[in-house]
Amino acid sequence: MTLLAPPPRPAKLVDQFERGLDAPICLTWELTYACNLACVHCLSSSGRRDPRELSTDECKAVIDELQRMQVFYVNIGGGEPTVRKDFWELVDYATAHDVGVKFSTNGSRIDAKVAARLAASDYVDVQISLDGATAEVNDHVRGPGSYATAIQAMEHLAAAGFEGFKLSVVCTRQNLGQLDEFKAIADRYKAQLRLTRLRPSGRGADTWDELHPLPHQQRELYDWLVAHGEGVLTGDSFFHLAAYGDALPGLNLCGAGRVVCLIDPIGDVYACPFAIHDEFLAGNVRDPGGFQHVWRESELFLELREPQSAGACGSCDFFDKCRGGCMAAKFFTGLPLAGPDPECVLGHGEDALQALATGAPAAKPKPSGDHSKLLSKRQQREQAVTRMPDKACDESPLAAFPILQR
Amino acid sequence: MSTTTVSPDRATTFDLDGSWRLHPQVALRPESFGALAYHFGTRRLSFLKDRTLLSIVEHLGAEPCAADACAAAGVAPADLPRYEQALATLAATDMICPGAPA
Repeated sequence: MTLLAPPPRPAKLVDQFERGLDAPICLTWELTYACNLACVHCLSSSGRRDPRELSTDECKAVIDELQRMQVFYVNIGGGEPTVRKDFWELVDYATAHDVGVKFSTNGSRIDAKVAARLAASDYVDVQISLDGATAEVNDHVRGPGSYATAIQAMEHLAAAGFEGFKLSVVCTRQNLGQLDEFKAIADRYKAQLRLTRLRPSGRGADTWDELHPLPHQQRELYDWLVAHGEGVLTGDSFFHLAAYGDALPGLNLCGAGRVVCLIDPIGDVYACPFAIHDEFLAGNVRDPGGFQHVWRESELFLELREPQSAGACGSCDFFDKCRGGCMAAKFFTGLPLAGPDPECVLGHGEDALQALATGAPAAKPKPSGDHSKLLSKRQQREQAVTRMPDKACDESPLAAFPILQR
Repeated sequence: MSTTTVSPDRATTFDLDGSWRLHPQVALRPESFGALAYHFGTRRLSFLKDRTLLSIVEHLGAEPCAADACAAAGVAPADLPRYEQALATLAATDMICPGAPA
């Protein structure tokens, strides 16, 4: 008689994902570095178009590849992707080739006509960026008039009957007290609220110290997210908060080069949208073998799919929960990748940053490309007079420091 | 993106004797752990955590009822309740829908 062993329990999905998949689950594709805004925390330091940006035909070839690899959808961003003349042509091409599109926009091109067109398509989703529930807080980060622009875009989408588009908020020290207000705005326009983590990437490297949430705000955010469950999207970006208690809904892992990646406007493939730096550059879609070759064979991505050293976090009881946090957040704050996240909820990141500050001065890595608009002296003066409103949460003595000054 | 992890151990009920098929707007991508299923209409991504579950879903359209699809995928009677629950989750998220066999 043969006794059958019970079937082995499947390995944890997260473990499988850390070893990488043959194709990304989703990817971020920034179509252009051109932007009509100049947000102070822009991950890609966008502003000016890069003359090397992929042509329409090159973009279509990438879409063909994504279809072959069964990448079901892309998150399109920029820059402001809708300023590309071929934007709608590319969206239509993607959806006709089984690649769904969600695009991020500041809303400046979402008029009534565009909204109606979007509402009629199942395969296209829109994400409106708003980083303050009031014009005061939002415009400080995203620029004058950007609040009104985003609200108007949402009004057009709601009027066209587009339900469930995304209202996307980067959580900052200045807006974390407004979570209920953000939720109310999303509900008003039948949108879904999406909260994501601020990263010290791109121009965010310069504004991180003034924008990133304070420790007690992180706790409040965690509790708020737990209370709202799956009703609020997070892009799975807050897994570093998991050490507070139960894991938040979603995938709690760093998917960089394993299940996600970034294609930038000139075709460079980076491990993730927050890591535009030569350290995390895997290749270019124009290289022989195209995107698929970069994804499957690049030295960097293969290395990221190997077991990573936990470093100083190895002895922490919570390592299984937060897995050391965000690679890009560590890198751009100058911390070693094997070690705590700068916003480690146990405070280990702050300790590490302190040690860094008191040790020999080491230059923090700078983003590899900067497409920021060049400001005239007059524009610089105008931006420098912008001040944050006085808020109860402004605890830092530097709270009134003008973050827009560069 | 909204994600659902579908493993054969979530409690709900499901009509195993009914006819089911993959929703026409859903695409499957087989993976070593099971499969990714993406619904282009709801923009929801599900992870099927099991190759057998993938095989059942692939058989749904060709079999007169879900129980037959399970049998065709080699599900032992003792394991049937677990897969019934997984199918219930897929039905609740519109990944599969009632329909006549092809």
